[in-house]
Amino acid sequence: MAGLTINNVTKKFQAFEALKDVSIDVREGEFLAVLGPSGCGKTTMLRIIAGFEQVSEGEISIGGKLVSSPKLNVAPENRRIGIVFQNYALWPHMSVAENIGYSLKIAKTPAAERENRVAEALKLVDMEGYADRAPANLSGGQRQRVALARCLVATPELVLFDEPLANLDVHLRASMEDEFADFHKRTGTTIVYITHDQSEAMALADRIAVMDQGRLVQLDTPHKLYHEPATPMVASFISQGMVLPVEVSGSGVDGTCTATLFGQPITLRCRPSDAQKGAAQACCRSEMVRIVGPNDPGFDGKIIRVVYQGGLARIEFAPDAAPDLTVHFVQPDPVTLEPDQPARLAFAGGWLIPRQDEQ
Amino acid sequence: MSLSGNKDRGQFLALITFICIIVFVLSFLPLLRLLQEAAFPGGDFSLSAIRDGLADDTVWRATRNTIVVGIGGTVASVVLGVAVALIVTLTDVRLRQTLVLCFVTPLMIAPQVTALAWLQVFGPSSPILHFVGLAPPLGTPNPLYSPEGIVLLLAIQYSPLVFLIVRAGLRQLPRELVEAAQSGGAGPFRIIATIILPLATPAIVAAAALTFVSCVGNFGIPAFLGIPANYLVLPTLIFQRLAGGGPDVLAEVAVLSILIAIIAMIGIFLQDYFSSRRDYRISGTSAALAPYALGRWRLPVEAMMWLLMAVILVLPLTGLILTSLVRGYGVTLTADSVTLENYRFVMVEHAAAQRAFANSFMLSIAAAVFAMFVAIPLGYVIAWHRGRWTKILNIVVEMPYALPGVVLSIAAILLFLKPIPVLGVQLYNTVWIILFAYLARFLVLGVRPVVNGYLQIDRALEEAAQIGGARLLTRMRTIIFPMIAPAAMAGGLLIFMTALSELTVSALLWSSGAETLGVVIFSFEQGGDTKYAAAISALLVAFTFILMLAANLFAHKLPKGVLPWRD
Repeated sequence: MAGLTINNVTKKFQAFEALKDVSIDVREGEFLAVLGPSGCGKTTMLRIIAGFEQVSEGEISIGGKLVSSPKLNVAPENRRIGIVFQNYALWPHMSVAENIGYSLKIAKTPAAERENRVAEALKLVDMEGYADRAPANLSGGQRQRVALARCLVATPELVLFDEPLANLDVHLRASMEDEFADFHKRTGTTIVYITHDQSEAMALADRIAVMDQGRLVQLDTPHKLYHEPATPMVASFISQGMVLPVEVSGSGVDGTCTATLFGQPITLRCRPSDAQKGAAQACCRSEMVRIVGPNDPGFDGKIIRVVYQGGLARIEFAPDAAPDLTVHFVQPDPVTLEPDQPARLAFAGGWLIPRQDEQ
Repeated sequence: MSLSGNKDRGQFLALITFICIIVFVLSFLPLLRLLQEAAFPGGDFSLSAIRDGLADDTVWRATRNTIVVGIGGTVASVVLGVAVALIVTLTDVRLRQTLVLCFVTPLMIAPQVTALAWLQVFGPSSPILHFVGLAPPLGTPNPLYSPEGIVLLLAIQYSPLVFLIVRAGLRQLPRELVEAAQSGGAGPFRIIATIILPLATPAIVAAAALTFVSCVGNFGIPAFLGIPANYLVLPTLIFQRLAGGGPDVLAEVAVLSILIAIIAMIGIFLQDYFSSRRDYRISGTSAALAPYALGRWRLPVEAMMWLLMAVILVLPLTGLILTSLVRGYGVTLTADSVTLENYRFVMVEHAAAQRAFANSFMLSIAAAVFAMFVAIPLGYVIAWHRGRWTKILNIVVEMPYALPGVVLSIAAILLFLKPIPVLGVQLYNTVWIILFAYLARFLVLGVRPVVNGYLQIDRALEEAAQIGGARLLTRMRTIIFPMIAPAAMAGGLLIFMTALSELTVSALLWSSGAETLGVVIFSFEQGGDTKYAAAISALLVAFTFILMLAANLFAHKLPKGVLPWRD
């Protein structure tokens, strides 16, 4: 097992900067997810860690050993890493066992030991009895397992997952997620898991690195990402948080501040240093929205859409104070709200997003 | 470039060096030598060769003729090829696969065989005309001995080329574009005129350019049809000058061959100009066009298509086979006079013909095998290591094939007239100079299917092996070679078929003892022994057919689009 250190890495393709000054420290045995919308640079990140691309600036070390710098690029085959590819990348002209045993053969492992280790790896992924099959005759989930076994058998120090569930259907995803989690628990390998699906990242990762336009925006535990997003982008990307304008009026106790939102006085959680007076943005989650009576503290507006989703409805609401903005929340059955109906809402709380002065 | 790290980098550099040396020697060196000869004939700078060339009336007449048949052949090929592509691709005619096979077959048959076959259809000794009692009296010139005849045969030879490119273009059109026009109320002809043809323009222009280059460089058809009528084009003029003057006229024919190259280049530049003027890029890919139901017109259209196939394929081949079965010039073919004597003569008795069978098989197999092994690393670099220099590499590999064959032949003569320095090996007047020219000219036919194959393979398959610890040469052997081998074999097959009956290059490079089948067919025809020429040609056509059908059997293992005669 080995940790991974990414130090101020920048990657340029001609004029285009795919990665901008990214630093991440992955601890030994940690499961790190790299999350971001398409084009955010996460695939470039994976290819740089693997050694398929060279860094333009910065350094990468695996297990304390420098592997990438503008002057040095240790070849992928010498990095002792494993990759689980999005489309599995199983060689069609080899059987399952040959696929798995390939790297052992390259390393000139004696045939008897090779067979044992291939059998072991097949057992680990629950694919005993499939050794002589051709990859073409396997289902998507089975191929993914073979790819996992192929990566396992070489006992890599670091395993990279490149959107491994993107090609599987929804039912299979959940069970493969469990299997990846198991795999991590059993082997204790350091894992870097690239994905654009935040629920996948949340379910699996110890920490998540959120990327946007080539930058690392936030690196935190799933819990912290949800409750304390560092930027409006993270707030809206993670579970569709609402980013709303607030006016901060003063600091409160225990890391909170007082503010007004659509005219409603509200207490927001915040970083102690952020509680300065003035305009700011807050991240509010739909579960903090309540419907209140006409005289309670809150703000008025109009229901604009009701989308029934089975057992509950997603309600979109335009506050009178800012009719262009949308507040959304959920009403469980029985759904009583209707479009064009006036209503009064209140927020029970929220998170003050740190001001983005430095960018 | 991602490859570095000591050993792997070493292997990559070795690979690149290997490729660059081969490409330099085969593609670059001959053309360099040719340019040198035109400007420095015999080693001294002089423009006299160029001046003499330009002052010669015959040269100007041949240049004009070249342009006339080039344009005529291109226009006729485009009209025929586009029309057939539209009908076969857009309508619900039946037996489409067979129609494609039939229409593309002339492309697989050598031009001189096509010419010979058609000559047997018309003319005073035509067995077909005799059979129907319409033969003109002996001594009447064959109507195909004319510019019109040349244009007609060029159209039959190269309309399949247009057909293939335009058909590929049409199949990429998303059906929504047509359906949107249909829902806008446009009828079929209006849709073809306003939607389909404009969107197919890049394909049509590309096909026209390629056809023009092929027509301008064609030797077999104007040699069989033009020389008897003293209607010379540049390739046949070069052939005559060289046959008459030997190496002394090399500087002169070097200038002539550069003239052909320039005419061909003009065609390519025009294509570039026309296709860069407008943006025809098609966004999105979806299902292919739905075929138009022809309704009550289906039968007439089908009848017309099969009539066309009969005219371009069955008619000339029948003429060829019948001629190969007669006993002598002017003998009417009857059930009693049928003979296989001609086949026996060319296969068993005639020494040069026997040598030619051996030579042509050896040359084509050698060229095919060589190209297969060079194409795999070369295609790897071109397809998977995209960069400015790989683009240049690709152009250099394409050059010997894009330029007319005569140009390459002259270049090869210039290069090997004297023994190779240091080694002291003499290639001129041996079969090896032909092999060199074949390797240079046909390499690209092997590279294209391989590049196509690489582009259809997910590169992650190689990267997975790299992660598994395999170095470049190990990956090549264990992962890349097994996956790309079918495409390389298809390329090798195309080379084999093309080289087997090739004439343009070997007509200038052959020597006694180093004859090829193309040369022997040509010599027989020139010497009046048409029946022997027909016998060899018929054997070649039969062999080509068998190979095409055999290749169809393993077509399911090939990347899409590498066998031109298959959908």
